[in-house]
Amino acid sequence: MSATLELSLTVNGETRTATVAPLARLLDVLREAFGLTGTKEGCGEGECGACSVILDGELVNACLVPASQAQGAVVTTVEGLAARDGTPSPLQQAFLECGGAQCGICTPGMLVAGQRFLDGGAPATDAAVREAIAGNLCRCTGYAKIVDSIQRAAATPSPPPGERAGVRGPGDR
Amino acid sequence: MRRAEDMPQGWVGSSPVRLDGLDKVLGRARYLDDLTFPGQLWGRTVRSTVAHARIVRLERDPAFDWSGLTFVTAADIPGENVVQLIESDQPCLARDVVRHCHEPLALIAGPDRERLEEALAHVLVEYEPLPAVFDPLASTQIFKHYAYEREAGRIDEAFVRAARVVEGRYRVGHQEQLYIEPNAVCAVPRPDGGLSLHGSMQCPFYVHRALQRLLGLDDDRLAVIQTVTGGGFGGKEDYPSMIAGHAALLARKSGRPVKIVYGRAEDIAATTKRHPAVVDHRTAVAADGTLLGGEIRIVLDGGAYCTLSPVVLSRGAIHAPGAYRWPCCRVDARAVATNTPPNGAFRGFGAPQTLFAIEMHIEKIARELGLDPVEVRRRNALREGDVTATGQRLRESVSALAALDAVAARAGPLERPPRGARKRRGRGFSLVWHGAGFTGSGEVKLKARAGVELTPNGCRVLAASTEIGQGTVTVFSQMVADALGVPLDAVEVAVPDTSRVPDSGPTVASRTCMVVGGTLAGAARALERRLSAFAAESFGGDPSRVACRGGVFREGARVLAPYSVVAGRHLAEHGPLRIVEQYSHPPGIVWDDDEFRGDAYPVYAWAATAVDVEVDLDSYETRILRAVTASDVGKAIHPVLCAGQIEGGTVQALGWALLEELRHRDGRVLNDRLQTYLIPTALDAPPIETILIENGYRHGPYGAKGVGELPMDGPAPAVAAAILDATGALVPELPITPDRLMAALGKDPA
Repeated sequence: MSATLELSLTVNGETRTATVAPLARLLDVLREAFGLTGTKEGCGEGECGACSVILDGELVNACLVPASQAQGAVVTTVEGLAARDGTPSPLQQAFLECGGAQCGICTPGMLVAGQRFLDGGAPATDAAVREAIAGNLCRCTGYAKIVDSIQRAAATPSPPPGERAGVRGPGDR
Repeated sequence: MRRAEDMPQGWVGSSPVRLDGLDKVLGRARYLDDLTFPGQLWGRTVRSTVAHARIVRLERDPAFDWSGLTFVTAADIPGENVVQLIESDQPCLARDVVRHCHEPLALIAGPDRERLEEALAHVLVEYEPLPAVFDPLASTQIFKHYAYEREAGRIDEAFVRAARVVEGRYRVGHQEQLYIEPNAVCAVPRPDGGLSLHGSMQCPFYVHRALQRLLGLDDDRLAVIQTVTGGGFGGKEDYPSMIAGHAALLARKSGRPVKIVYGRAEDIAATTKRHPAVVDHRTAVAADGTLLGGEIRIVLDGGAYCTLSPVVLSRGAIHAPGAYRWPCCRVDARAVATNTPPNGAFRGFGAPQTLFAIEMHIEKIARELGLDPVEVRRRNALREGDVTATGQRLRESVSALAALDAVAARAGPLERPPRGARKRRGRGFSLVWHGAGFTGSGEVKLKARAGVELTPNGCRVLAASTEIGQGTVTVFSQMVADALGVPLDAVEVAVPDTSRVPDSGPTVASRTCMVVGGTLAGAARALERRLSAFAAESFGGDPSRVACRGGVFREGARVLAPYSVVAGRHLAEHGPLRIVEQYSHPPGIVWDDDEFRGDAYPVYAWAATAVDVEVDLDSYETRILRAVTASDVGKAIHPVLCAGQIEGGTVQALGWALLEELRHRDGRVLNDRLQTYLIPTALDAPPIETILIENGYRHGPYGAKGVGELPMDGPAPAVAAAILDATGALVPELPITPDRLMAALGKDPA
């Protein structure tokens, strides 16, 4: 038996623990140990972005992150974007209204990458938005309506801090 | 006027939020790999490492611990060892001979993925090599040959009369569909000896029939159930029958559910691709650019087994003359065998290959005659009343000129850098057509059935057509809601499950909206008539004046009862009500398979594209600055989804134009990773301007034709034409890599 790791991290505002192999992928921990199957696997080598999550404020591919590196981290997945009552976030709402999701398999990663961009507060120019999602492949939309969605959300007032399940209010960390 | 369909409620033509959207944005949509099945094992596939060989030994390494693992070879197949399709020449597991690399030889299932990975390396295979063919032009095995002519007796004369004879050879390579969700299925054995198969797929009944033949199972012991599917693009048309067979064999032998989820490399290497093609044109033209006659020869590389090649070839051959009038022409088309994985369905299905060729040839003709290529297109474009190369008179909904004019007007002037700049700009146009629905007699033979069943608040749509991202569930609901006269949320769409829905045919060929949607709208109208008569009888009224609208039955302006009251009473008095209808072509659509003549499709969609590029003459890289498309889809049932299809297809086609080509060495796929097989990112994709033209088709639901494949046809030749405009080099082969552009400009790529 290889050594195991008692992993403890904050996922979408909740403390979660699991006993895993130290080199287990964060992607498998999220999907299999925590049942958070919103995060998808498209390539397993960090090229497609379907497994994008926010880890301590940074956009990462969960398929490339070993569990040991997520010890004590704060992680936001697609399941943490909506309000606690399930109301879609402004970005999710914009994806619905603009047609930003088609088959939906890249959508969780796109939303997470888009949210990370919006959280950064940079102006949502066409070039800036495309740069922000350049690590996320979509084969359905041609990206046009994804860019529209992120720009629309950028123009929508954001909900007060703490409303989103995955984001903790100031002072929580 | 009393019928509900005459009083549209406005769902059709509006863009409500897609009905599967909320689950998808919340991360709640469950794709196959998100589902857990009690006691489930994982399955893996042992594949050949050579392109053509006799198998002299296939056995398990006795030194390895095989306990707890299930091992399956061709000898375990209870029925026929074939993947059921047109010729059914492809084995589910190779038995004596392998005909391509990555061909499935054996299967292993077990509870632990790491141990499975180890076990794969302990299956011992020895081969006796056989000669392999990789060049389709050198192949002597022909899967299918079509030849057809229009006014053959005039062809020789046309070449004599011609001001010029223009010849050209055009080639395209393998393209990978690259849906972001790889192929995935789970086979679940049932206590009755039957099987349920869940999976990511386009065509549940293809899988159903394949499993029946492989396993020898009756209809009532088999259910094939589509799970939420993360893209298809044709790549999940026939291959799911293969992987489903594998999971089913492992599940039958182990007695446990078996899930197979391909890794990206396996999916790229082993599954179907777009057929590579070589197309030769020889054309007689008048000095003003009028096409006088021509000869077209097409060779498609079918790969190692026939699979869908005959139908890819027929669509390719029919679209080969392009959206143009030919007084006379001859088309010779063959699909041949090579020792590479079988090529199959990919959005456009043969048409993008032959349309690239004719569009580049039009550019060549214009250049040789010193004419504007857009004017050459305009001069020859098909118009209403014209006759196509297969002898079809185009009676309605012909928009070649309208699309070309719309794109040219929107494109406006192109700003070009000063002479001598190292970065050149250019603009290219293309004009294409795309037949909606199956080719030839396909729909007549299929007899697609689809229907609706009464629910207390509306109805449930019953069809095997799958939602693969394109919006099937939403557009079906819109059409049915308007036909039935109920709100959108009163319509449910049943999960495609072969034990519960009628066979409405595969989700392919731009047929879902026009063929299946039209059949559903007809069934919903029949349901509305039935309920209107019942409401008139139950609540008093003249049946000929009663209709449902907005969820309320009325006689003229007088309210009779809400839909739920009428439906509830009908269900109570008469029990379940299911109306299933069968698609038939409109009258007068006739195709002769033997002569390859007649109405190849009931109607065509049309599109023009303009692309602006910037070519760097130092790096020979091409950047796409902008794409403008105008597409006649008949009617956009949901304009946002419709534009989404066009934009997505456009970028997929732009990828094919510049980036995407699967390469092989000795039949082995070289670039089976997303680091080596590149598809466009958001930075590669240009802004796209999408113009929808709605030149309605009389027999389509609400006027709709097809849209899914159309955007794959035009962008690649428009890119090549733009590069020609920018650099003066006509690159006759896709993708236009820097190397190919250098070669075309007479530079040495080394």
